[in-house]
Amino acid sequence: MSVTLENSGARKSSWMTSLVDWIDQRFPMTRFIKEHATEYYAPKNFNFWYYFGSLALVVLVIQIVTGIFLTMNYKPSAAEAFASVEYIMRDVEWGWLIRYMHSTGASAFFIVVYLHMFRGLMYGSYKNPRELVWIFGMLIYLCLMAEAFFGYLLPWGNMSYWGAQVIVSLFGAIPGIGESLVEWIRGDYYISDITLNRFFALHVIALPLALVFLVIAHIFALHEVGSNNPDGIEIKKLKGPDGHPVDGIPFHPYYTVKDLVGFIVFAAAFACVVFFAPEMGGYFLEHANFEPANPLQTPEHIAPVWYFTPFYAILRAVPNKLLGVVLMGLAVLAFVFLPWLDRSKVKSIRYRGWLFKTFLFAFAISFLALGFLGLQPATPVYTNAARIFAVIYFAFFILMPWYTRVDKTKPVPDRVTYHAH
Amino acid sequence: MSSEADPIDGGRRHFLLVATTVTGIAGAALTAVPFLASWRPSARAQALGAPVEADISKLEPGAVLKVNWRGQAIYIVRRTPEMLATLSSPEVKSNLRDPDSEESAQPDYAKNDVRSLKPEILVLVGVCTHLGCAPLDRFAPKDVELGANWPGGFYCPCHGSKFDLAGRVFKDVPAPLNLPVPPYRFLNDNVVQIGTDAEVA
Repeated sequence: MSVTLENSGARKSSWMTSLVDWIDQRFPMTRFIKEHATEYYAPKNFNFWYYFGSLALVVLVIQIVTGIFLTMNYKPSAAEAFASVEYIMRDVEWGWLIRYMHSTGASAFFIVVYLHMFRGLMYGSYKNPRELVWIFGMLIYLCLMAEAFFGYLLPWGNMSYWGAQVIVSLFGAIPGIGESLVEWIRGDYYISDITLNRFFALHVIALPLALVFLVIAHIFALHEVGSNNPDGIEIKKLKGPDGHPVDGIPFHPYYTVKDLVGFIVFAAAFACVVFFAPEMGGYFLEHANFEPANPLQTPEHIAPVWYFTPFYAILRAVPNKLLGVVLMGLAVLAFVFLPWLDRSKVKSIRYRGWLFKTFLFAFAISFLALGFLGLQPATPVYTNAARIFAVIYFAFFILMPWYTRVDKTKPVPDRVTYHAH
Repeated sequence: MSSEADPIDGGRRHFLLVATTVTGIAGAALTAVPFLASWRPSARAQALGAPVEADISKLEPGAVLKVNWRGQAIYIVRRTPEMLATLSSPEVKSNLRDPDSEESAQPDYAKNDVRSLKPEILVLVGVCTHLGCAPLDRFAPKDVELGANWPGGFYCPCHGSKFDLAGRVFKDVPAPLNLPVPPYRFLNDNVVQIGTDAEVA
């Protein structure tokens, strides 16, 4: 009995081996798996914060799969769009689940990406040699914002409509060409069927393609230089006799298993939102969007979805249209320059001084506060508060070359550690 | 065919490289033109943007009529003498960013103190010059929300921009310019046509 099993096992494995050999002679499958999984050595001291990269990938897959199925019933025309979303919600079997997964996925994407970015800020993951990893990441973030914006018009609710109106009008602030640029983007004299149709094309083809390519570039760049870690130590500097970093472990199976745990926790939270609070009290799906688009009636209070509100609060806080738009753009783009603004010798917050910690804390608080203020009506008190937090937000970037240079850092150990901060 | 011993002509290679690259880039740029131009308003969109007419015979003094022209709300207000009086009050004028409409968009025949052809009939594009929201009519003075000094006008709910009863923007709000006045003319005493210019002698 056992002999037979062994034989069949051996036969199967030789059959498998020859298939793998056959493929490897024609396509670098095994080499690819080794380079990016089984022999990609990642630092062994990854903590909680390192879940969010793989989770972002998970959400990207959720969005692509649910998105493909939504396009099968959605109609990208001003006359039919709103009704076709209602049709998906009411008449298509499991349509409500697919749509709620997509709408929750949009917010989940930004939650995961913001935490992923904050991890980078804490541990200096943008610093030499990971500048391109960071820049590809920022391009992904920009694509993601555009993708979310175009997608938000598609349900053709009244908030979709007026949100698009406000954002497209931002380009009107550019001196000289502004107005004709806005007309070119809309393809009409107002946000119309034509605009909806082209936003649909960008949302389902152009930007997802760009996103996938950028994610591949992000991972390739990361695997070229190697992952950073909570200690900000380059593990490649200390290699064992086998040529592998002594502080590294193969991504597969060690981190695939760890990330699987993170995925299960994430999936449980995600399912709770999808099943019990898909609108999240109006933060994931805004109430004004349950009315069809009405070009003649602005909602009483226009606020973008929560993930744009920090930047929106900055836009509103500036009493000059062009300057407001410029500052909002800079608030997003400032991240790109971090690798060159940071002059510190150490990467991780663990070995930085109190100055950096204070500025990072103040920045995180101002980001959250601006996010809150962007959701509120523009009363004078809130506007003034937004101005103060915007100043703190920009101070984090503008003063960075100074405070990272004078900050008193601690010595960085040679080997990774496991204690908390 | 030249013999293999011939030296490589670096200059010619360089010239050919530059010439083909430049030609290629020019070709790619020209190919992009139809794609970019396809985003401009189509012939149908332009036809649908034709002028519209509004009957104002039933418009009460102090009331607003909203008509749709090119997907924008056009506000037509029949102003009362009291409303017109606020326009020239120095208290209001000193708080305006562009009281004489120097920077703002309006046809020449509406570039006057009341920003209209006939003083009592105000025609505006109801699109906030900040980010395109629709300003609300708050014609009554001394508004609860807008304060005791409010002279009456338009208030944008999105970002708090304020305009007077001629659509002129107040200071210290996000909107940079007065509400635009569209091209319009009176076909007779009761009918306004939006989208064509009045012939003013």
